[in-house]
Amino acid sequence: MHWLMNLKPETLRQIDEVITHYPVKRSAALPLLHLVQADAGWIPPEAIEWVAQKLELQPINIYELVTFYPMFRQKAIGRRHIKVCRTLSCALTGGYRVCDQFQKEFNCRPGEISPDGEVTIEFVECLASCGTGPVVMIDDDLHERVDAAKAKQLSEQIKTAASRRPSP
Amino acid sequence: MPAPAERRLIFAHIDEPGYTPDLACYLRHGGYGVLQRAVARKPEELCDEVKKSGLRGRGGAGFPCGFKWSLLDRKSGKPIYLIVNADESEPGTFKDRYIMHQDPHQLIEGIMITCFANNVKLAYIYIRGEFPQGAKILGKAIAEARAANFCGPNILGTGYGCEIYVHRGAGAYICGEETGLIESLEGKRPYPRIKPPYFPAVLGLYQCPTIVNNVETLCHVKHIVDLGGEAYAKIGTPNNTGTRILCVSGHVKKPGFYEFEVGRITLGQLLHEVCGGPLPGRKFKAVIPGGSSAKILKFGETFTLKNKDGSTRTLAVEDIPMDFDTLAACGTMGGSGGVIVMDDSVNMVEALANINAFYAHESCGQCTPCREGSLWMKKITGRMVHGGARPNDGELLKSVADQIAGRTICAFGEACAGPTQSFVAKFGDEFKGGPAAMPASSLELV
Ligand SMILES: Cc1cc2nc3c(=O)[nH]c(=O)nc-3n(C[C@H](O)[C@H](O)[C@H](O)COP(=O)(O)O)c2cc1C
Ligand code: SF4
Ligand code: FES
Repeated sequence: MHWLMNLKPETLRQIDEVITHYPVKRSAALPLLHLVQADAGWIPPEAIEWVAQKLELQPINIYELVTFYPMFRQKAIGRRHIKVCRTLSCALTGGYRVCDQFQKEFNCRPGEISPDGEVTIEFVECLASCGTGPVVMIDDDLHERVDAAKAKQLSEQIKTAASRRPSP
Repeated sequence: MPAPAERRLIFAHIDEPGYTPDLACYLRHGGYGVLQRAVARKPEELCDEVKKSGLRGRGGAGFPCGFKWSLLDRKSGKPIYLIVNADESEPGTFKDRYIMHQDPHQLIEGIMITCFANNVKLAYIYIRGEFPQGAKILGKAIAEARAANFCGPNILGTGYGCEIYVHRGAGAYICGEETGLIESLEGKRPYPRIKPPYFPAVLGLYQCPTIVNNVETLCHVKHIVDLGGEAYAKIGTPNNTGTRILCVSGHVKKPGFYEFEVGRITLGQLLHEVCGGPLPGRKFKAVIPGGSSAKILKFGETFTLKNKDGSTRTLAVEDIPMDFDTLAACGTMGGSGGVIVMDDSVNMVEALANINAFYAHESCGQCTPCREGSLWMKKITGRMVHGGARPNDGELLKSVADQIAGRTICAFGEACAGPTQSFVAKFGDEFKGGPAAMPASSLELV
């Protein structure tokens, strides 16, 4: 299971720690998947088997989670993850226009990786910040009252950060 | 700044300049003083205070909190668990977010009082996956509280111990439904459980007695024990006691969160006086008063309600006091406190199409009426806004919705049918079918 070699020691430590939070190991399934995804960027098939083994379950018990919960993904995404809220309160204040703007900026549609590999845009359901909509999450950060102009500005910031990154 | 009509218990310090989520700040504001007094009392006394307070759950159903606790099977010999429902996923609702991000210790204090009162030794905070910062803040706050003996193995020297862990969801709305939540916490798909048993208090997490309460509900517990149940019950109105947070979003000048004594503010006062009225040049058209699952209210409609003495009174939408009972009598619900406002720029078919897309995405798929019906309602409203409306689409929508409600495992069935039923009933003109019947569509909601 070569992919394990890529997980940070800190991730493996957190995995062992979180299992102790539950009287029944299976309960640690979601936390383990979160930890794997935070580190690896997605949930590779080997990870499903490894998590199952770790929790003394069958791979199907983990696979059915990865395929149900919207936040888990079985393929890589762009380096930055832009989630635009689609639901009513945000839509009433312009959420669809915001999503359009991000698509234009990065030349890709929701769910796709932009051609430069920089972002994946996702149109998600209510992010529980409806009073300050339209809202957008970029990675772990919430951005409030985003209109098309602010979407443009946030996109510029992402592009600038990307251009400063040393090429591999 | 709180609005003049507000009474803030839970949100006393939210958005207060200089108020930080760390323990030192909480202690400077008298934090954990109530827990200190609580652990010196008998657990039954605390449960009694909550019963006397009349507190009704703030998660959606308005279920009496003290009664819920009294259903716990305390003789089973099994451990009793507390699960904090921090899934906050009902569209229009954003109160728990602020409690957890800005005042996490208030929640922890409420949790610990609840645990002590019910002999709980292990509690989980099930927080929606889209709150990564919130999960971190709570984790840090729990560590601080533990180091100061407010939770952990030996709380305040009493010998009583209780651990709290944060558990993150992963983006599924149905995890907010309490039995779906329990399944999810057990590491499974969040399929709501078939009833009976009717209450997790009897059989819940790992088939043990379990309390599931909303974040805001548990914060109220702290204030109840602080003030005393009877004094708390004097806040608000009979059977609708205490304060509650209303989250206002959509087409008003000042959207945001406000805390009021329950039933002491009307919808009209809330929207016109507190929230500054409609946007310039606009009129209010409709409002969803308790999260997207609550049936819609149409400005201009009236309700004739029975008084206790048998006489009747007539209320306009603006006159409805924001309490559980009156909203229910008007055919909708207080729900989660999420007030979504729509003005006369809104095409109701589009608004419903937006809501239907949500429910179609979030149905867990266990029950055929919900899985298929939610998709059909999305398809029909979707084709209507895209110019493909058929003459009897309104009736078809109603018929699909009517076949879901009451025929499913969990209340998601009612939640996804309610919008369609109420939109079509109240805005029938816009659902007559045929592009001509549709008011100008902006195609910005779907
Ligand atoms: C489809 C559905 C979604 C729900 N989502 C939430 C939620 O996000 N947060 C919440 O506290 N309660 C939610 N509830 C209500 C819970 O099932 C449960 O009644 C509540 O957590 C009990 O807490 P309370 O008594 O303190 O209100 C939901 C219910 C249903 C049917
Ligand atoms: S009503 Fe819908 S969400 Fe609830 S259990 Fe059935 S299919 Fe799942
Ligand atoms: S509708 Fe966008 S955050 Fe709730």
